[in-house]
Amino acid sequence: MLDYETLKLVWWVLVGVLLIGFAIADGMDMGVGMLLPFLGKNDAERRVIINTVGPHWDGNQVWLITAGGAIFAAWPAVYAAAFSGFYLAMLLVLVALFFRPVGFDYRSKLENPKWRNAWDWGLFVGGLVPALIFGVAFGNLLQGVPFHLDRFLKPHFEGSFIWALLPLLNPFALLAGAISVAMLALHGALWLQMRADTVIADRARSAIGSLGLVVPAAFALGGIWLWLGIDGYRIVSEPAHSALPNPLAKEVVRAAGAWFDIYAKLPVAMLLPITGLLMPLAARQLSRAGRPGIGFVASSLGMTGIIGTAGAAMFPFLLPSSTQPNASLTVWDAASSHLTLKIMFFAVLIFLPIVLAYTLWAYRAMWGRVTLAQIEANKHSAY
Amino acid sequence: MIDQTFVDLSRWQFAAVAMYHFLFVPLTLGLSWILVIMESVYVMTGKEVYRDMSRFWTKLFAINFALGVTTGLTMEFQFGTNWAYYSHYVGDVFGAPLAIEGLMAFFLESTFVGLLLLGRDRLTKVKYLGVVFMTALGTNLSALWILVANGWMQNPVGAEFSAETMRMEMTDFWAVLFNPVAQVKFIHTVAAGYVTASMFVIGISAWYILKGRDLAFAKRSFAVAAGFGLASALSVIVLGDESGYELGDVQKMKLAAIEAEWHTQQAPANFNVIALPDQENRTNRFEIQIPWAMGLIATRSLDKEVPGITELVAKNEIRVRSGITAYATLEKLRAGDKSEATRSLFDQHKRDLGYGLLLKRYVEDPAKASEEQIKKAAWDSVPYVPYLFWSFRIMVGLGFAMLGMFGLSFYLLARGRLEQNRWLLHLLVWSIPLPWLACELGWFVAEYGRQPWAIGEVLPTFLATSALTTTDIITSMAAYLVFYSVLLAIEMYLMFRFARLGPSSLHTGRYHHERGAPMTARFQPAE
Ligand code: HDD
Ligand code: HEM
Ligand code: HEM
Repeated sequence: MLDYETLKLVWWVLVGVLLIGFAIADGMDMGVGMLLPFLGKNDAERRVIINTVGPHWDGNQVWLITAGGAIFAAWPAVYAAAFSGFYLAMLLVLVALFFRPVGFDYRSKLENPKWRNAWDWGLFVGGLVPALIFGVAFGNLLQGVPFHLDRFLKPHFEGSFIWALLPLLNPFALLAGAISVAMLALHGALWLQMRADTVIADRARSAIGSLGLVVPAAFALGGIWLWLGIDGYRIVSEPAHSALPNPLAKEVVRAAGAWFDIYAKLPVAMLLPITGLLMPLAARQLSRAGRPGIGFVASSLGMTGIIGTAGAAMFPFLLPSSTQPNASLTVWDAASSHLTLKIMFFAVLIFLPIVLAYTLWAYRAMWGRVTLAQIEANKHSAY
Repeated sequence: MIDQTFVDLSRWQFAAVAMYHFLFVPLTLGLSWILVIMESVYVMTGKEVYRDMSRFWTKLFAINFALGVTTGLTMEFQFGTNWAYYSHYVGDVFGAPLAIEGLMAFFLESTFVGLLLLGRDRLTKVKYLGVVFMTALGTNLSALWILVANGWMQNPVGAEFSAETMRMEMTDFWAVLFNPVAQVKFIHTVAAGYVTASMFVIGISAWYILKGRDLAFAKRSFAVAAGFGLASALSVIVLGDESGYELGDVQKMKLAAIEAEWHTQQAPANFNVIALPDQENRTNRFEIQIPWAMGLIATRSLDKEVPGITELVAKNEIRVRSGITAYATLEKLRAGDKSEATRSLFDQHKRDLGYGLLLKRYVEDPAKASEEQIKKAAWDSVPYVPYLFWSFRIMVGLGFAMLGMFGLSFYLLARGRLEQNRWLLHLLVWSIPLPWLACELGWFVAEYGRQPWAIGEVLPTFLATSALTTTDIITSMAAYLVFYSVLLAIEMYLMFRFARLGPSSLHTGRYHHERGAPMTARFQPAE
């Protein structure tokens, strides 16, 4: 049952689950971080906002760390090529992420308003920049990345340093970045409407009024652009899917519309973009109706749809190469050995449910609206 | 060809970010258990002072933890960004423990640390104790998995090279997990963390005692740290010795270099307590020896030899030659040769492929290597001896010194004569940095001593890099160093500030700065 081909496919799903888990969990804190300086008008309000995610942001961030580790274990070739290829982009992400642990933890340790204000902007950067860059990275994946593999399978890149960074910031990629930012901001706003003192919840609600429209509009625009303006990649011939991974053994061409092949092959895949379009709108309606909790679920589904759409469009590609298309990395030829995939599959099977269980327990223990009065009463122990 | 500057910069970068990370790791590893102890005593006795202790040390824990997370994030991606060929070559084996670390350990510690810091009022006493325990368990499990990964780099068991996929592939997960090197490393490293945290708590408590402040609080903290520290210092030494024994088994070259043993001695070998190793002339200019000691430490016997550097190099030269054949046949296999003869020749020699790769520093095609280059490659398998020799001895010296301090503190505390021995209290305060020094030196011994290999006898470090430019590395290095240094300065500032404030920072109204003594502006705590 767990033959090599199946496991390769299962791992595509599992990495997808981890990335979507990251968007839902940590995306929420990043969205909250982006909104912090705007929805919190004074120190006490900002503390309310921070404390809605205070006990959870670190656990949430582990989705990212685990996704990184899982890519390393399941697709070593992707881990190697993607992170060294997007070198400076990755550096920016990391530096922005540095602001979060310290921002959350140190901000309220000193009274000085300048100090606190500086960290608030740090948290803003720590939410905005990674969200933007992850979106931009997806935009670039869809266009292909300029790398090739030598005969010992070491990845090399066209251009270096700034010259490799600038082309990443092309208009389509920036649109993808904007989708990502808007999507996380919407998600964070729903969280605040549900968990923050009513003063802030009201402001969040009006932000959702526009964010809930921006997300589906930008997503639809991205789809049209992808259809009309971006060539996809298509495999012409390849070894058996169960073969030992060799990324140089297949033949790949670029072709207009190739990213839409999936819908012909597997019409149910249409559900992904439909979810991605409709759920943010639903979330907006629910927020208006004063049901931000269900709205939060809708927004989570919306992100699943949006990320799933990008993943499914590229399937089985993981990292298409624009300069040596045959060297593109796919689900079939970038994978680890059969044994490693199997062991890691069982590791996920055992640990992910445990993680989900105690995560839910932790959220439940801290549930309830964070109010200005509570912050005042706990001003020496709250974040 | 290999750009040595680029390789060196990559190594410097990894060393720098790892060493920054390990400034925060050991305190987290140990202090989390000290919190468990304090919280347990509170749950059992219900005495307020234990709750205050737990709350106060939690504040310092949090300040440190934030930077542990910050610096750890970089580490998680450092292999892909800077060691891309490494990631491709061994990801099949090395990635697994890293991913499991995330699933099993980081989720646990990070989810519960949030409740540890902010959930006290929301939970019953016992549940809260459970939270503290889970955090400690998570941090220590994370050490386990990362050291399984690191142990595999030192001693790559349970894996085999595959010519088809051009990488190492896992053959036996249990062998990777129960790698003897990983086991001893784990225990030695967490014990080092416990020592670090004990020194931290005992040093700060000693300072309060010296100042005559909050004595009931300070002495109890002191007692916990003295007991925990004594046990940990003993384990770190016993288990350090175990690490040495393990080296005698699997990393003979590292051991010979640590001991500056240029030539095999007659068994049982002598131990150089002090020596002046001279790398160029491959000899020691001066040595003070303890007869037999090294034979005993490294082999636990009187009749087994501890091979010396020169003899090991002679063996490695044979392996370099065999590696040339391995490389040549690998080229044939990659070019599509399917003959039985090539395959079996490759299988015969593939164990030595790594040694063949050492030649790539000098020639593109190892088959064309000259005699002289082969000799040079064999000598490349020796790390630079003087650094290892001295780092190791300082670490060991510090281990014994700290054992002495904990022992004495424990004794004097039990006899109630602590305050009369103010010199000891002063010494303890000034000794706070020592365990950090020992930890960094320990990693230096372990990692620098592994050179020239990224993966022991499998992949030379200079081949493991990414295809980047020196500008890339310099830029990222500058960014990390600037950010980390600024953050470290902020961290130290907060640490000093809250350590100076002591339990008054809890605002219970029971402690020094809150009682009568007018609060100076300097001590106006925010929290
Ligand atoms: C012996 C222990 C040890 C060692 C050798 C390392 N770490 Fe570490 N790491 C920890 C012990 C630890 C910890 C105790 O669990 C930390 C430190 C402080 C903390 O906050 O958690 C941590 C934090 C930490 C985090 C943040 C986790 C979170 O968000 O909670 C990451 C991603 C890493 N580490 C990754 C690494 C990698 C990739 C390493 C190797 C190259 C590494 N660490 C070496
Ligand atoms: C956190 C504690 C650690 C410290 C302080 C540390 C220290 C060092 C140092 C000093 C070097 C440079 C060696 C040299 O090039 O001369 C190095 C290199 C390296 N270490 Fe570690 N290390 C740590 C943990 C780890 C762990 C846990 C791993 C793997 C799981 C690891 C993997 C590496 C790699 C890949 C390199 C670069 C390649 C090389 O130079 O061999 N390190 N480390
Ligand atoms: C008598 C005392 C000690 C002995 C005999 C000893 C021995 C060793 C040895 C042989 C290694 C190298 C292991 C390798 O290369 O794989 C090592 C590494 C290390 N030591 Fe020690 N050590 C002692 C004391 C200490 C102390 C006091 C600390 C810190 C408080 C410490 C922290 C470390 C660390 C962090 C490492 C790197 C991780 C590892 O390789 O295990 N050691 N030690």
